[in-house]
Amino acid sequence: MKKRWICLFVENEIGVLARISGLFSGKSYNLDSLTVGVTEDSTISRMTISLTSDDRTFEQIKKQLGRSVEVIKVVDYTDTPIHMKEILFVKVNHCTDADITELFRISKVFGVAIIDYDGTTVLLECTQTENRNDDLIALLKRKFANRIEIVRGGSVAVEAVSISER
Amino acid sequence: MKQITGADLFVKALKEEEVDTLFAYPGGQAIDLFNALYGEREIDVILPRHEQGLIHAADGYARSTGNVGVCLVTSGPGATNLVTGIATANYDSVPLVCFTGQVPTHLIGNDTFQEVDFVGITRSICKYAVMVRKREDLAETIKKAFYIAKTGKPGVVVVDLPKDVQRAYGSDFYPQEIMVRGYKPNTSVHMGQLNKALDILNHAVKPVFLIGGGVNIAHANTEMTQLAELTGVPVITTIMGKGAIPTTSSLYVGNIGIHGSYAANSAISNCDVLFSIGTRFNDRITGKIEEFAVNAKIIHIDVDAASISRNIDVDIPIVADAKKAICALLEKAKPLHISEWTDEINRWKKEYPIDMGKVGLTPQMIIQSINELFKDAVIATDVGQNQLWTTQFLDIDENKQMLTSGGLGTMGYGFPAAIGAKFGNPHKDVIVISGDGGMQMNIQEMATAVVYELPIIICILNNGYLGNVRQWQEMFYDRRYSSTCMRYRRSCEIGCNKPDHCCPEYTPDFIALAESYGAKGIRVTKAEDIKSALNSAKQNTKTPTVIEFIIDREINVMPIVPPGNSLNDMILESEEGRE
Ligand SMILES: Cc1ncc(C[n+]2csc(CCOP(=O)(O)OP(=O)(O)O)c2C)c(N)n1
Ligand SMILES: [Mg+2]
Repeated sequence: MKKRWICLFVENEIGVLARISGLFSGKSYNLDSLTVGVTEDSTISRMTISLTSDDRTFEQIKKQLGRSVEVIKVVDYTDTPIHMKEILFVKVNHCTDADITELFRISKVFGVAIIDYDGTTVLLECTQTENRNDDLIALLKRKFANRIEIVRGGSVAVEAVSISER
Repeated sequence: MKQITGADLFVKALKEEEVDTLFAYPGGQAIDLFNALYGEREIDVILPRHEQGLIHAADGYARSTGNVGVCLVTSGPGATNLVTGIATANYDSVPLVCFTGQVPTHLIGNDTFQEVDFVGITRSICKYAVMVRKREDLAETIKKAFYIAKTGKPGVVVVDLPKDVQRAYGSDFYPQEIMVRGYKPNTSVHMGQLNKALDILNHAVKPVFLIGGGVNIAHANTEMTQLAELTGVPVITTIMGKGAIPTTSSLYVGNIGIHGSYAANSAISNCDVLFSIGTRFNDRITGKIEEFAVNAKIIHIDVDAASISRNIDVDIPIVADAKKAICALLEKAKPLHISEWTDEINRWKKEYPIDMGKVGLTPQMIIQSINELFKDAVIATDVGQNQLWTTQFLDIDENKQMLTSGGLGTMGYGFPAAIGAKFGNPHKDVIVISGDGGMQMNIQEMATAVVYELPIIICILNNGYLGNVRQWQEMFYDRRYSSTCMRYRRSCEIGCNKPDHCCPEYTPDFIALAESYGAKGIRVTKAEDIKSALNSAKQNTKTPTVIEFIIDREINVMPIVPPGNSLNDMILESEEGRE
């Protein structure tokens, strides 16, 4: 089992998201995250899909995606140098002064922005890799158990311009 | 530019696509389309009796002619009645375009009368499904539908047509060509891979060809026969591949699979090179996958990249159309010297033939009589034992074709498929081989066959059981005949598993039923009457003929690979046969 990344160019039409997600559920492929947005060409949407699978299933998934009429191109990012970011919001409730000090410290270390605050609730915004967001969430869960609300956006990814293949 | 309604454009499009037969059932949200078809002479508009029968007929028409089968039904229940037929056709790569009426676009989502999300329902069981939301997209979408249905790995395309789009005026332009940027059917053959494959084949000591439905779909039977004859390599087929070379050829070994022949399954288990074309290696043919063709290098040609290396590991994958690949192979292939291997296979064939080993009114006798009496024919099967016996005993050559629901295994397929085949092949004999259970799943189409004067020959193998399931219950579930007896009545003992001469009468009386429709009915209870019944059916050229063959109630399909076993671990004879 290995973590994989796929970039998908699809027709920007009603029903395409249902088609793609239905393919995953119908064939019991698991999906970690899926994001979609329109590209510079308004007739084309671009999806970033992350999933965890073995090699054989992954080959099958790529072929199944590729044979869908609505899919224009499938690009496997798994071993390609890419930039990848995920937006994450974390709301921490019922904060004491000490908590707030701690949150400011965490925000410095993790490069997190504090974007909203009402005296007891702090809203953090973090745009990092999925792994880095995982780490932050683990830390916050430990420190502020049962007081946090998490919203993750799913990753978006794009090929690197200057990084060469390692 | 001339302005015409969507409905008129629809009719124009059918003509441009050279549709000569349309299988259609009307309703409120399709009434404008039917209005545009009124009095039409270029297109034969057929009214079946149920939309399921309708789509199987379109399927039988498509399989037997190579043309796209076209369906037109109304929204809601008309559309949902197509679902089984869509899945059936798509699973076997049959090109169909299904037009469904839909409520007007401004009412979609309102739980409007007879509104269903048909594109949503069919997305996972067809090749492509689309709703036409704007009149100006109509022509291009229809063009695209036909193009996608018939190219690459053929399949079913659903086109949902809201009523306002049917009524709206717009251009009468219909494009001659279309480009679909997300859809590029493979049109070439990778010669490097093909050469590698040939190299492996040429060095083989025990090679076989394993041919699936892809060769029949690509209409490459002649080329495949040439390739087999040129190389001398024995040919094994899946059920869907049957007929890839004439079954009477000395190079033909038999079917592979859980009801395959001993010789075919043994050849697969012992071969050193498995050269496969157009099969997806599904569970019905591989048996226990870990022990499938363990000694073989495997070459796999398929038009669908997703079918390769999915179920089994393949040494040489080649994505290509079967016909193109076989033609390329024909240019380079050469005779192999493998007489020891072919002798061994012939020994297996002789020692363990598929033979019911019984006299009397057996399915084998019936099917062999059909072989003798019909030389230019389309034979449709239903699903169950009747289908398996047909795939075992039916001879197929260039003038015969077998239609069967292989992928989905849909009971109720055979009879309506034969109706469609007869529309497409009026000069051929069209024969159905069905079980008593499956026959009742679309029996209403008898009216269609009668009113359109289709002299189809319907052979019902009546064992009074859902025989295929009963056989499994007998062999693997301790004879617990749960819900499989078709002669059961309230008066029967609960838990009965012993049919005898006291069992209640079968209902319906198929002969009386046929006659009530205006068809001819013949009941056959003795072997000596088989041929005369078939002959008198052949002479009846005005109406369908139903021949009900009363066969042994507990006769089994043999041999069989029990579930979980590998292919070379078959049960060859029934318990009773061994006594
Ligand atoms: C629509 C549908 N329902 C159920 C089945 C499961 N099934 C497969 S074979 C079979 C028995 C068929 O009985 P019959 O038509 O009498 O044919 P026989 O096997 O007796 O020849 C059944 C119920 C199926 N394949 N299709
Ligand atoms: Mg039966």
